[in-house]
Amino acid sequence: MKGLSRRDLLKAGAAGAALTVPGTSGYAQEADTRPMPPERPDGPLDTALEYGRDEDVLLWFKPDEAKFVEAAIARLIPADDEWPGAKEAGVLVYIDRQLSGAYGSGARMFLNGPWKPDAPPQQGYQLRYTPAELYRLGIKQTREWLGERDDRELWDMEDAEIDEVLSALESGKAQLPSVPAPVFFETLLANTVEGWFADPVYGGNRDMVSWRMVGFPGGYAQYLELVDNYNYRYDREPMGIAGGAALFAQQARKEDG
Amino acid sequence: MAIRKEPVDVVLVGGGATASIMGKELAEAGQSVVALERGPMRQTVPDFQSPTMHDELKYSVRHSLMQDPSVQTITFRNFVGQQALPMRQLGSFLPGEGVGGAMVHWNGQTWRFQPEWFELQSWVRDRYGDDFLPDDVAIQDWGVTYDELEPYYDFWEQVLGVSGTAGNVGGEARDGGNPFEGPRSRDYPNPPMKQSASGHLFEKGARELGLAPFPVPSANVTRHYTNPFGAKFKPCMYCGFCETYGCEHYSKASPQVAILPFALKNPNFELRPHSYVLRVEHDGEEATGVTYVDAEGQEVFQPAGMVALCAFAHHNPILMLKSGIGQAYDPETRTGTVGRNFTYQTMTGISVFYDGDVRINPFMGAGALGTATDDFNNGSFDHSDLGFVGGAYIAAYQTTGRPIHHHPVPPGTPRWGAEWKQAVARHYNSTVGITVHGSSTPHPNNYIGLDPTYRDAFGQPLGMLTFDFPHNDRQMSHYVTSKAEEIAHAMGGNEISVGWLDDHYSIVPYQTTHNTGGAIMGADPETSVVNRYLQSWTCTTCGW
Repeated sequence: MKGLSRRDLLKAGAAGAALTVPGTSGYAQEADTRPMPPERPDGPLDTALEYGRDEDVLLWFKPDEAKFVEAAIARLIPADDEWPGAKEAGVLVYIDRQLSGAYGSGARMFLNGPWKPDAPPQQGYQLRYTPAELYRLGIKQTREWLGERDDRELWDMEDAEIDEVLSALESGKAQLPSVPAPVFFETLLANTVEGWFADPVYGGNRDMVSWRMVGFPGGYAQYLELVDNYNYRYDREPMGIAGGAALFAQQARKEDG
Repeated sequence: MAIRKEPVDVVLVGGGATASIMGKELAEAGQSVVALERGPMRQTVPDFQSPTMHDELKYSVRHSLMQDPSVQTITFRNFVGQQALPMRQLGSFLPGEGVGGAMVHWNGQTWRFQPEWFELQSWVRDRYGDDFLPDDVAIQDWGVTYDELEPYYDFWEQVLGVSGTAGNVGGEARDGGNPFEGPRSRDYPNPPMKQSASGHLFEKGARELGLAPFPVPSANVTRHYTNPFGAKFKPCMYCGFCETYGCEHYSKASPQVAILPFALKNPNFELRPHSYVLRVEHDGEEATGVTYVDAEGQEVFQPAGMVALCAFAHHNPILMLKSGIGQAYDPETRTGTVGRNFTYQTMTGISVFYDGDVRINPFMGAGALGTATDDFNNGSFDHSDLGFVGGAYIAAYQTTGRPIHHHPVPPGTPRWGAEWKQAVARHYNSTVGITVHGSSTPHPNNYIGLDPTYRDAFGQPLGMLTFDFPHNDRQMSHYVTSKAEEIAHAMGGNEISVGWLDDHYSIVPYQTTHNTGGAIMGADPETSVVNRYLQSWTCTTCGW
């Protein structure tokens, strides 16, 4: 097989991320021989997600829950002039995937009773809910709390108003019936930061946008020759698991001749 | 009725560092040995390989290589009288699960204790007098001395291929090493790691204050190296995926790289993964074997002439308590020994913000890539006017730039929103972290027991941890953290932020996996669980 140039390798490295950008998927070029995807339903979806793409299907959140979470994460890590935010980076899909899988169902958590939900913070999480249940209840109870004060949903509010709601959850000013608001808020914030910074294979951090923002080169890494080159400006294109896999596959093909 | 296996000479509880080395040595001495590991088999290839190993979410956040708390965890409380509650998720410390144990995901920082630690009670009495410490600082001598152990330290460093600069060879001071270390019989087997940007800045600050910085002894091996068993190491690539990860490069010493292959090739040694030990069986004087649950869920009795507990630190006293070996410690009466004097490590940290002025490139890292000073370790300074015992080393480690956990922002930055995001972008690549690794003195209220309420997946009681930072250690931490703060100021940053010791120990945020104590070694059966050979005083064929 013909060797690839460095430029080709970089393109291969970016392939995993490119799939998530509308119009650049490898499938698009073959589309004329395939059935067309169904038409979008009437009316806007009010989300950054693309209808009809595997990577944008929500497995756990119901439509209103998705709108709620998307409105919240868009304020936790907002887009600015320079960089997209959590919403644009696919963090909603990240959280949805996490909640529909092992993490959401409380795998690797000790979930036996008895329960003592008012334990001091030093003893850690003591609620009976799995993370997925915590979201379902947390969203529902926050919307009800909001409904007693306002006739709009979170996603219909102005940015500053959404920030106020989030702050009320964070501080515990919002008293919810069975979910401690700060626990719900801290879980949402932690998961948002995870999705923003985790490898793009998990559905967030699309196009490695958070890594580009801070200058983290990703999982593909070896710095033996550079580590004591102080103040070195390292500006290699970031490369995650997909890029590393593509590179290793390429090297293996080369070794096979 | 439990399945009964053929008897063996020795059964090892665990498949990590201690089980690997004991398995190898005992098998070579002609003993038949079985090691029972609760988790799966794991090898450098294919289990630790890139690109999938370099996954921060899976390994650092979701703890894929660690103990699964849904099967077995511990309960925790801060003080006697409080209701202990289960640690429902891992947090403060990360015991391993699977072959290699925690030595798969450790960082490789390979310190020796200063000689003073081994005879701490005598040392404090001789130096500061009988009345220097209150009674509740429950320190004791260990029953062995540094000099007795030095040959074993030396051999262990050869086995792991430790990289470093000696500071004291046979009593002779060496430039560039740790001047406060005990005398070593020879140099480290490998030269020190390169110095990171963080270490470089730390060294300048420490030297300005007249301190003695040196490279942290590291089991991230710095060159092609063959250990005394014949294990081949490759040089560390500084990939920044050490702690909480398996090493893909054969560079970080793990049982899989350094020891286990030489046990496994001996027909006298058998490693049985997926074997969860429930208890040690004994007749009151001698151990007769262990009962475990195998991969199929069957209860199995493995008869053995000798049982060695090689599990993670606090699991060993918990197993002794569940097996009725020795007298359980009772904090009310302060009698009994098993579980007494659980200790930990007293950690604080400081961030130095250069605010975009320098590039640190924190992702160019390794688990034991650090520059440290030992000037405030216990044996290095005078406590006379300070009223506490113990100390800490201070280091600038550059272990990682993995961004889910590493995104430092200056104090006063909002926790989320536009301002937070801008601060993360600004400070990610120009901030240095300093950590203060402090000692933990025993206190009569800090101990390991069995929980009266909660049970594990096998129906057995969970271990119960009672712990808070003793007054002595709060004073120590404040003193040494203040010294670290002076170094931070001397490092020339624009701003620093100090993370002082919390009011109370919390099981939630990660601090350190250096859990210790609970099964004291000593010369007196009244005040210790095992003798100087780590053999149980009451069940003579059971030990560590």
